[in-house]
Amino acid sequence: MEDGKNMIRQAGVSPFSKLQPVFRRLLRYPMTLIGFAIVFFFIFIAVFGPTMAPYQYTEQNLPNKLQPPSEEYVFGTDQFGRDIFSRVIVGSRDVLMVAGSGTAMAVFFGMLLGLISGYRGGWFDEVIMRLMDVILSIPPLLLAMVILFSLGPSRLNVIIVVGFLYIPMVARVVRSVVLDLKTRQFVEAARLRGEGSFYILFREILPNIMPHLAVEASMRFSYSIFLVASLGFLGLGVQPPSPDWGLMVGEARTWFYQARWVLFFPAGAIALLVVGVGFMSDGLRRMLLPGGVSNE
Amino acid sequence: MYRYLLRRFAFILLTLFLASLIIFTATQFLPGDVAQIILGQFATETAVENLREELGLNRPLHIQYLNWAGGFIRGDWGTSLVSRTPVRPIVLERLGNSAMLAVMALLIYVPLGIVLGVIAALKRDKLPDQLISGVSMAFVGLPEFVSGLLLIAFLAIGLTWFPANSSINPDTTFREAFPYLVLPAITVSLTGLGYITRMTRSGTIDVLRMDYVRAADLKGLPAWQVLIRHVLRNSLLPTVTVVAMGIGWLLGGLIVTETVYGYPGLGRLIVYGIQRQDLPLIQASSMIIVAIYTFSNLAADVLYGLLNPRIRVGE
Repeated sequence: MEDGKNMIRQAGVSPFSKLQPVFRRLLRYPMTLIGFAIVFFFIFIAVFGPTMAPYQYTEQNLPNKLQPPSEEYVFGTDQFGRDIFSRVIVGSRDVLMVAGSGTAMAVFFGMLLGLISGYRGGWFDEVIMRLMDVILSIPPLLLAMVILFSLGPSRLNVIIVVGFLYIPMVARVVRSVVLDLKTRQFVEAARLRGEGSFYILFREILPNIMPHLAVEASMRFSYSIFLVASLGFLGLGVQPPSPDWGLMVGEARTWFYQARWVLFFPAGAIALLVVGVGFMSDGLRRMLLPGGVSNE
Repeated sequence: MYRYLLRRFAFILLTLFLASLIIFTATQFLPGDVAQIILGQFATETAVENLREELGLNRPLHIQYLNWAGGFIRGDWGTSLVSRTPVRPIVLERLGNSAMLAVMALLIYVPLGIVLGVIAALKRDKLPDQLISGVSMAFVGLPEFVSGLLLIAFLAIGLTWFPANSSINPDTTFREAFPYLVLPAITVSLTGLGYITRMTRSGTIDVLRMDYVRAADLKGLPAWQVLIRHVLRNSLLPTVTVVAMGIGWLLGGLIVTETVYGYPGLGRLIVYGIQRQDLPLIQASSMIIVAIYTFSNLAADVLYGLLNPRIRVGE
C-alpha cells in the first residue's frame, strides 16, 4: 500500500512543485544568492542596456582615443576612441546570446540523445555513447578551434560549435539518470498501463530528470561562456567590430601598458559573469540535488 | 583486467582514428587553395598547378588522408608551409616546453588543492568551507586570459617580480626558463586548483560519513591519525583520477595561457599555425594533443582501478 502511494506521488508530482524546502536551502548559502543576483544583473543589462548605452558601440572618435575613465567616458575609451562602457554593455548581450544559444542547443540535443539512448539501450546506446566518448576525448577548445578554422569564424558558427561540443556531456548525465529511473516502479506502472515509449519518456521520465538537467544546463552555461570568451580572445570566435568581451581583451593587450582600463573592464565583466554563473550553478546543485549526485 | 585494458586500447585507436578524420577533414575546407596560399596571389597558374601536383593535392581525398595518416604513424609529419622545415622537430620541441610548464603547474596546484579540499571538508558548511569553495569555484570558471592578464598587471607590471612576457627562445633550458615559467604556471594552476579542491572535498566528505571512520575516532585514535590513515587513503582516490586526467586537460588549457604569455609551447604553436594557415603544423600538433589527452584519460582509469580494488573491472 505504502508503495502504491509513493508510486502515485512520484508519477503525478513534478519535483519542482515542492519548492519550499528548496528555497530554504537557497537561503542557507549566501553564495547562491550572490550568484543569482549577478546573473540577473547581467540579463537585465543585456535586455535593457543597449538602449541605455551613452554611445554607439561602433562610434569611433579618434581624437578621444585611449582616454582614461572620466565623467564623459565612465570606463574610458579604446584605441579607436570608442566608449568602452557602451561596448561592455552591448557585449553582455553578445556573450549571453552566443553562450546561451550554444548551451540551449547542447542541452536540447543532449537530452534527446540521453533519453533515447538510456531508455532503448542495446546497440543504439552502445554506438551513441562510444561516439560521445570520442568527442569527449578531444580537448574542447582544440576541437572548437579546428572546426571554426574550417567553418570560418562567425557568431552563428561559434554557437553551433559550442552546442555540438557540449552535447556529449549532457547526454551522458541524462542517460545515467534515465538508467536509474527506468527500473523504478512508476515507470513500470506506466508500462503496465499500456503507455507507449513516447509517453513514458516525456511524461514520466523527463519531469524527473528536470532537476539534473537544470544543474547540468547551468554548468554547461558557465563552460560555454569560458569557451566563447577564450575563442574571442584568440581571435577565432566572434569577429570585430563586435563588442565581444574576449575579443576586446585580446585587442586590448596591445595597449596594455598605456591604457589598462581598455583591458580591465571587459576582463572584469567576464570574471564577474563567470563567477556569478559558477555560484548559481553550484547553488542550483545544492538546492535541486541535495543528495549530492555528482554531475562532474 | 587485461581484457579491460585491451578494450580500452581498442577504443583509443578508434578515437585517434576518428579524431584524425575530424582534423584532416576540418583542414580541407579552407578559404582558398593550399598551393595558392603558399605561393601567394600573384603566382602564375602553372606554378600553382605544379605545386599542387607536388603536394599531392590533385589526388582523391581518401588517398590524401591515407598518405597523411600513414606518414604520421611512420614519423613523417610533413613540412611546415610557413618555415619550409620538417614539422616533427618543431612540434616535439614545443611539446617539451609545454611539458615543463605543465609539470610546474601540477607541482603547484595538486598539493595545494588537496590541502584546501581537506580543510573545506573538515569544516563543511562553515566559514572556511564557504570561502574555499567559493573562491575555487570562481577560479575554475575564470578564463586563463583573464586571470593571466590580471597576474601580469599586478605581479609583473605593478610589482615587477616576474617578467610579463615569456616569449623565450624555444630551446631554453629549464633553469634559464624558470623565472619565465612562474606566472604561466600560476595561471594554469588557478583553474586546476579548483578542480582538485572540489574533488578532494567531496571525496573526503563521503569518507568522513563512513562507519570505519567513526570506529577509528571512537577507539581513541588522535584526529590526525584518523585523517591520514583512514580518511585520506580512501578519499584521495577520485583526486588521483583528476590529476591524471588533468595532464591531458592541461595541454588543452595551455593553448590560451601560452598565447597570453607568448610562451613557446604546443598551444601557442597551434594558434600560430591557425593564424598562418599552416596545415601540416595544425594537423601534427592537434594529433599530438589528442593522443596525450586520450592516453592520460586511460591512465586515469587504470590508476583508479589499481588503487581501488573494490571497483576493479571483473571478467
